[in-house]
Amino acid sequence: MSIASLAAERPDFAAIAAWIPKGASVLDLGCGDGSLLRYLKETRSVHGYGVEISDLDIVSCIANGVNVIQNDLDAGLSDFEDGAFDFVILSQTLQATRYTEAVIQEMLRVGREGIVSFPNFGYWKNRWNIFMGHMPVSRELPYQWYDTPNVHLCTLNDFDQFCDKYCVSITARSVMTGGHEVGLLPNLLGSTAVYRFQRGI
Amino acid sequence: MSDSVGIVKALRALFDIPLTFRSGAVLPRYELIYETYGTLNSNKSNAILICHALSGHHHVAGVYADQTDNVGWWDNMVGPGKPINTNNFFVIGLNNLGGCHGSTGPSSINPETGEPYGASFPVITVEDWVESQARLADRLGILCFAAVIGGSLGGMQALQWSLAYPDRVRHVLAIASAPRLTAQNIAFNDVARNAILTDPDFHGGNYYQHGVVPTRGLRLARMLGHITYLSDDAMADKFGRQLQTGNYNYGYEVEFQIESYLRYQGDKFAAYFDANTYLLMTKALDYFDPAQDYSGDLNKAFSHARAAFLVISFTTDWRFSPKRSRELIRPLLHNKHPVSYAEITSNHGHDSFLMEHSHYFDVVRAYLANVNREISI
Repeated sequence: MSIASLAAERPDFAAIAAWIPKGASVLDLGCGDGSLLRYLKETRSVHGYGVEISDLDIVSCIANGVNVIQNDLDAGLSDFEDGAFDFVILSQTLQATRYTEAVIQEMLRVGREGIVSFPNFGYWKNRWNIFMGHMPVSRELPYQWYDTPNVHLCTLNDFDQFCDKYCVSITARSVMTGGHEVGLLPNLLGSTAVYRFQRGI
Repeated sequence: MSDSVGIVKALRALFDIPLTFRSGAVLPRYELIYETYGTLNSNKSNAILICHALSGHHHVAGVYADQTDNVGWWDNMVGPGKPINTNNFFVIGLNNLGGCHGSTGPSSINPETGEPYGASFPVITVEDWVESQARLADRLGILCFAAVIGGSLGGMQALQWSLAYPDRVRHVLAIASAPRLTAQNIAFNDVARNAILTDPDFHGGNYYQHGVVPTRGLRLARMLGHITYLSDDAMADKFGRQLQTGNYNYGYEVEFQIESYLRYQGDKFAAYFDANTYLLMTKALDYFDPAQDYSGDLNKAFSHARAAFLVISFTTDWRFSPKRSRELIRPLLHNKHPVSYAEITSNHGHDSFLMEHSHYFDVVRAYLANVNREISI
């Protein structure tokens, strides 16, 4: 896939890239097929690695020319040293982690800053689905309740509260729906959120 | 078969510039036997060196005209359209110095004495092998390998290439390997060596002159080794508790099928492999430690490597377990070297690295396709 079509398909990529200075070092957790790292490599000249568990994705990452380490995120990031990266990214993976709090803490041990993107469960269409009596299924949440890997879905408000409780300081946030930035009532009108954060004082 | 390199021929290279070993010993002249597959491109940038493990040799792929059933030991991996694609790469396999398949080793005749080297053949290290391999590369006009690839002990040689000659290797593929052996691994090697050393037919390593071979020792060594190359599950699947005859005989003859299998493997191996070579190979494994000159610090040892790395391990390999591959990844990450790591789910233990496995092969294929693109630019 070309960089342009990648950007069109994944609006959160551009939001993430906007925060990353050229030449930064990046660790992408749950990096999938390596698209984001490739995007950041080509647009921001980052140096970095991905971590991924799926066999198929490992092959795709390698084919994408991305460094990837096969590992289970929930098993920790013990291969990585303290402060080894400028940024640790968790893109559309937070909701699928088992030990979410531990993963966020590990992100801030290994990186100076963290970036997460996740589907906002508070988005009105999701609320509407629940109101109509069904679990939401959408582009951002493309699974049925019985086959979803997502075990820790949250709303923007939930994530804000989480950060507050665990001393994580949010430095920027971008909320979007279908590639467009959402300013008004983000927890209701935004389908995807991207947060930038660091260790709180 | 269209995906085979077909009929191949072993080649020889004679080196008469003395090689000083890490131990201080000097070998005044030596011969290396090797094979090549594919075509070296005009700027000689597409060469891949395959380093063999304990019992391997130069016959990596293809067959011989006069031995059409003698298929190379990594023929499933190396060939036209295979993961190590000989349509793109010029692949070299050699028999390491100290071996028993045609390169100068303990069973070769020492021209100074007219007798086999035997016990006088110097104890060799991975570093010495890489030195001798570099001379072969010089001979073939290869300044920089596109990749050096090896499994197990072969992986250690590939790693050593990145340390001894950082500018002469672009990519290192270390498969089912480790940065250095653990005490447990050295212990296995020591038991194997003891089996050979205590065989009455060993004669201090000079058994050739006595017209005997320490078969019993070599056989035991191989039987022990073989157990460690298989996984518990693979052995259970293949043999379980099956008996040869179906009944207990209440004696010490072969009863369980696993016993019969191990003896068969031991006998087969002892019939062609040289016991002194076995001793040398296990010792090279034990000695290898890139951090030895850096007070045990692997981070420092790998600081001057310049290659990119692909590290592969297998879930059921307990001789060179995934944990050992992770020990290798850490210093590479520490030094910000490009590295990818795949942990292949396989049932076959350490031997997995020699077996056809779709995910494993896809990983190697994808990685080397990029290497090919990189050298074609």
